[in-house]
Amino acid sequence: MIATALTTVVLAVLAIGAALAVWQSRRWLAGRPAAVDVVAGLRALPGRYLVDVHHVVGRTPFNARFHALVAGGFLASLALLVAMGAGIAGWRIVWLLLAVVLAAMLAGALMVRHRRRVVRPRELSQGRFARLPLSLLGFSGCLLVVALDQAMGGVMPETLALVLVAIAGVALADLVWGVWKGPLKHAVHGALHLAFHPRPARFHDGAGRDTGLKPLPLAPQGDAGIGEPGALGVERPVDFAWNRLLGFDACVQCGRCETVCPAYAAGLPLNPKKLVQDLVVAMDGQASDAAYAGNPHPGRGIGKAHGGAALPLVGHDAMIHPDTLWSCTTCRACVQECPMMIEHVDAVVDLRRFQTLELGATPAKAAVMLEELRATDTPGGRALARRWDWAADLSLPRLPAGGSCDTLLWVGDGAFDLRVQRSLRALVQLLRRAGVDFAVLGDEELDCGDVARRLGDEAAFQSLAVRNVAALNARRFTRIVTADPHALHTLRNEYPAFGGRWTVVHHTALLLELVGSGALTVTKPVGRSVTFHDPCYLGRYNGEIEAPRALLDAIGVERREMLRSGLRSSCCGGGGGAPLTDVAGERRIPDVRMEHARETGAAMVAVACPNCVVMLEGVVGPRPEVAEIAELVLAATETAR
Amino acid sequence: MPDAAMPDAAMIDWAMLDVAVLLSIGRHPVSGRARRAATDAQALEMALALRPRRLTAIHAGPVADGEALRAYLGMGLERLTLLVLPEGGDPVEPLVAHLRRLAPSLILTGRQAEDGEGSGMLPYLIARGLDAAVVPDVVRIGPADAPDTKPGSANLVQALPRGQRRALIVTGPFVATIHPSAPPARPSAFGPARRGVIEPVAAQAAADLFLSDCEHRPWRPKPKLMRVKRGGSALDRLKAATESKSGKGQLLVNPTAEAGALAIYDSLVEQGILP
Repeated sequence: MIATALTTVVLAVLAIGAALAVWQSRRWLAGRPAAVDVVAGLRALPGRYLVDVHHVVGRTPFNARFHALVAGGFLASLALLVAMGAGIAGWRIVWLLLAVVLAAMLAGALMVRHRRRVVRPRELSQGRFARLPLSLLGFSGCLLVVALDQAMGGVMPETLALVLVAIAGVALADLVWGVWKGPLKHAVHGALHLAFHPRPARFHDGAGRDTGLKPLPLAPQGDAGIGEPGALGVERPVDFAWNRLLGFDACVQCGRCETVCPAYAAGLPLNPKKLVQDLVVAMDGQASDAAYAGNPHPGRGIGKAHGGAALPLVGHDAMIHPDTLWSCTTCRACVQECPMMIEHVDAVVDLRRFQTLELGATPAKAAVMLEELRATDTPGGRALARRWDWAADLSLPRLPAGGSCDTLLWVGDGAFDLRVQRSLRALVQLLRRAGVDFAVLGDEELDCGDVARRLGDEAAFQSLAVRNVAALNARRFTRIVTADPHALHTLRNEYPAFGGRWTVVHHTALLLELVGSGALTVTKPVGRSVTFHDPCYLGRYNGEIEAPRALLDAIGVERREMLRSGLRSSCCGGGGGAPLTDVAGERRIPDVRMEHARETGAAMVAVACPNCVVMLEGVVGPRPEVAEIAELVLAATETAR
Repeated sequence: MPDAAMPDAAMIDWAMLDVAVLLSIGRHPVSGRARRAATDAQALEMALALRPRRLTAIHAGPVADGEALRAYLGMGLERLTLLVLPEGGDPVEPLVAHLRRLAPSLILTGRQAEDGEGSGMLPYLIARGLDAAVVPDVVRIGPADAPDTKPGSANLVQALPRGQRRALIVTGPFVATIHPSAPPARPSAFGPARRGVIEPVAAQAAADLFLSDCEHRPWRPKPKLMRVKRGGSALDRLKAATESKSGKGQLLVNPTAEAGALAIYDSLVEQGILP
């Protein structure tokens, strides 16, 4: 009797849950088509969950434990309860087993309650999530009593047992109702998102990392694409590919992205969690952010944004304010932390593409830069020959078309900046000192298009990419070396789509190799306390966090680590065209990062990216000295006279 | 003599505003690449901001560089008329003939082309051909709102040297050239630029004999005449070098020919150009 009631309740509620999930799927299936290997994705799903998701969740062990207890106990108890319907209900051992898994779930639920009621991290959303501990405790607690009682032969009055079953049923209904718009939505959508992820190569069963932006087809596809608004980039929610919409729906509002976002930390009007939730609610017909119960975009209230599945997403009264969109530095910290594997940066770039390519709505200074870039192939509107002004006395060897050399030095647009020129000179001197056979492209080196692409100007990027690839493919070299992680990422990860496949190394890796091989000898160890600021495009985008540290150790610094370093480093504010879009916040992003450096007490911040040099050196003193790694290595390998 | 092609020559109908914008192909001063000309783009910006009932954008020239015109389409124009001239043809006559047929109440253009002759004469020659007025260096245009002005006249703000501004009221159709300090042109977007339509219209043009006679050289900045004041204290020299002379000129209202000539002569002597 009890078992029948229990199974009936569970099956009914699960059926409702499944129906809700199917109903919800209409929202994300409305997106644009996407090429997805459904079978391979579903087969990879358990592995991706157990390896990739747990790798992220495990960074906060308490959360990982309660999640394992609650989710594991919940799923196991549901499976047992359904199996009971299939006729194993009479067995005491089944009841005992059920009691064990429910006890595990109860323990997890108590931990959830502790986190949500006692610890109360401020990044957690309230609203529908506030009832979660109660539902979890109600379901696991009541059923635990019933299961224990049944395991012991059923001493409890049947009425009381039925009441407990009813309470558990209500709690279960509340949980399953969450598949619709509550906490449990992430279970269904997160699983499907893992299977149909737009970047399957990022998981351990692929390359393990996939950070390059995908090319946007600019030539009209047949006759259909032309003339339709929204042809380039994303204007409305339905313009996203369906598996990207599915990804947004997987968001569980844990707020990890919020705690790591450099723009949010500096009080710029961007909260990545709210951004994803804006996209989620915008999938509904008549949407408003009024039900959102987390922290807002700083400086912007809640309840003013309105939109819909077929309405523009970006606008002063729309779901996403333009300032929010242009605050992002594309540092990928949110993507790195997201346990649901959501690709926030791809969404930001897709939205920016429409703004720039279809509306010309790029913020003022960025638009001026893009226009100069189109006319001169340099962001500042300067002549290509002037890229080499800083090296007038260095007589850099130029590599002509058809020529060959060992190492090709790609200097990037930092060469136009007085500060960066100093570190480039240091790098050239080091290459000479180590006897590296190197050359530069000369006037055929154009801007790599990194900033243009991240500002949404895919047309300018592709024009630059095609010509740069042609120039590089006309020459023979073993590898490309660059001191600019943005150029490194673009050349290494984004030019292959345009026919450019070369070995691209960062100068920190090359210098480490030269020090290791004895080509450079450390004569004057630095001996000062230094903290290393990881560039986003070297660390998170390319996973290179060891070489710069090994190099610093080799030149004898006393290395200190910031609280946030390596793959979890915090952005300097110089990426994604953010210095050009220049959205105002409460503080400047580099000020926040310099605060992290100050906390280490180090006398010096070592950086390995021209953008980081400029951003961090712009922080007012007193502050640690800022030095490019090449400058430190140059000083440390000075030969005795 | 009133022009037969412009029946309402006396007034501008703001509700049915009809604007023509003349757009040239610019050259980037550093790369020499074809682009939208800066002040022409600002003229188009001003025209778009007026939200006219009809907006005609016209370029006269050879077809060759036509793709550069797409930068104007990217600002939100749906179509652009290209008066196809033979290489080296003078654009003035075909433009006048085309504008006479259109009879717009307002013609906007940049103050000077960035390529070709670049004399800045074109707006004047067009205005002469249409028998319309020219207002150079305009930074703002709007309907006249003062109660005592004639309906259908326009309020203009004109840029003068050293940041000065002059308010003007203009009656009847006119040609306005746009000053670089007018509102900046909106960015050009790739999508609309690709979708916009360039409509070629065949036109007859006489060869520009003056231009074909000219020698073409790369552009370099014009040498500036510097008046270096010697002597005096450092402060005096600093003041002489940095102080603006604005507002200290001589304003002559309706002078006699002799008085005007004398003022110009005195000024030239003062600047050391005449002995």
